[in-house]
Amino acid sequence: MKLVDHFQHGLDAPICLTWELTYACNLACTHCLSSSGRRDPRELTTAECEAVIDELQRMQVFYVNIGGGEPTVRPDFWHLLDYAVGHYVGVKFSTNGVRLSPERARSLAATDYVDVQISMDGATPEVNDAVRGPGSYAMAMAAMENLAAAGFAGFKISVVMTRHNVPQLDQFKAIADRFGAQLRITRLRPSGRGADVWDELHPTAEQQLLIYQWLLEHGEDVLTGDSFFHLNALGSTPLPGLNLCGAGRVVCLIDPVGDVYACPFAIHDAFKAGNVRAAGFGSVWRTSSLFADLRRPQTGGACASCSAFDSCRGGCMAAKFFTGLPLDGPDPECVKGNAERALALVGAGAGGAPPRPDKDHSRAAPVRLGMPSARRPDRPCDTSPLAGLG
Amino acid sequence: MSTEDSGAAGRFDPGRPYRLSPTVSLRPEPFGALVYDFATRRLSFLKTPELVRVVGELADHPDVPSTLDAVGVPAGQRARYTAALAGLLSAGTIQAR
Repeated sequence: MKLVDHFQHGLDAPICLTWELTYACNLACTHCLSSSGRRDPRELTTAECEAVIDELQRMQVFYVNIGGGEPTVRPDFWHLLDYAVGHYVGVKFSTNGVRLSPERARSLAATDYVDVQISMDGATPEVNDAVRGPGSYAMAMAAMENLAAAGFAGFKISVVMTRHNVPQLDQFKAIADRFGAQLRITRLRPSGRGADVWDELHPTAEQQLLIYQWLLEHGEDVLTGDSFFHLNALGSTPLPGLNLCGAGRVVCLIDPVGDVYACPFAIHDAFKAGNVRAAGFGSVWRTSSLFADLRRPQTGGACASCSAFDSCRGGCMAAKFFTGLPLDGPDPECVKGNAERALALVGAGAGGAPPRPDKDHSRAAPVRLGMPSARRPDRPCDTSPLAGLG
Repeated sequence: MSTEDSGAAGRFDPGRPYRLSPTVSLRPEPFGALVYDFATRRLSFLKTPELVRVVGELADHPDVPSTLDAVGVPAGQRARYTAALAGLLSAGTIQAR
């Protein structure tokens, strides 16, 4: 049996997992996978997080990808980082850079087993801040300056590819090279608030081809989190990586309240396997009926007769789910164009509208500035010209 | 240990003693093992259970042939295992002791 076949059937413990420590975030990115913003009062306590780390150590999960929300705004974040490293659970954490002061960068540079990933979705402030919010480009650049000045070599710059930043691929690479960092590009998913911006932000078919060719040119120099395997049908050369959907098989997600999901892009009840508070993470991983289903041989469904199925494996489960497509059919970005007809029918047929992300921690909409005359009435019945001034 | 090894991993010599690198952990799996190097943060795989045993026993024997004897690697496969160990040395998974 090939290695990939072992992975399809699931392992006794994940190879690695994503752990989102908090839904709190200082930013409000338009494509946030986890619809983050406000802290959830039920988030795991420090002691509960330590218990999860103890269990990951016992299961020999060698590293976790910590995210959020913005994980560094948790007051116990640096303690948990040290605790994990002290228990042989390596950490890579994703941050927008808000807490990466020069002092913090120096202490991180002195810590083994820790990797830092700075999120940036545009190589220029205009493109970045349109998605991530005003000032976020400058914040990320300052964090990278601090890491580089502290001698932290090889930190990661993580970019979600959108219609607006695909033309900036070379510029992202230049930024990474300038800081001695490594570029990581990943696929936009229609998950969380990403569902709201998917249609306008996901790369065009021409851009998908460009991403594929650019990745082939750069080989293992650029990381992808294995997220572009649906593009393998574009050519005879597969992209580096395992090229399989590892959801519930070799990876999963623990969310801030301890819920375990099949993958970070599938925060929805349909993909919830259990909670670490009940019987611990290991029990969820081993006994969840959802994960047992995912580990059974997959049929390929409508894709099974396609010549490219062995290359793309039908693409991303979460992308299909949140665009209303059947899980055993083509990916919404199927490079053979096989999803177009199905997508046109979503909402029109018996299937109804695509499922909506059902966990929302977004902050209330920002206060809109402007002349009172340009404001809409507060409520449909509230037509006084002074409405909103009180 | 001498400091001569700093920098390059050194040339692989089956006549020398080796061991698993101290920053590397193995997690046994039905196909072999997951290999994680905490220093380089790189994940890799050992693709047969026999190779996992060979790597695990390296530290207990004076050289590579005696390790292969102890694990019972058949004569026809010894060249393959020796080549695999050379690869693991250059990847930093094992080191000279």
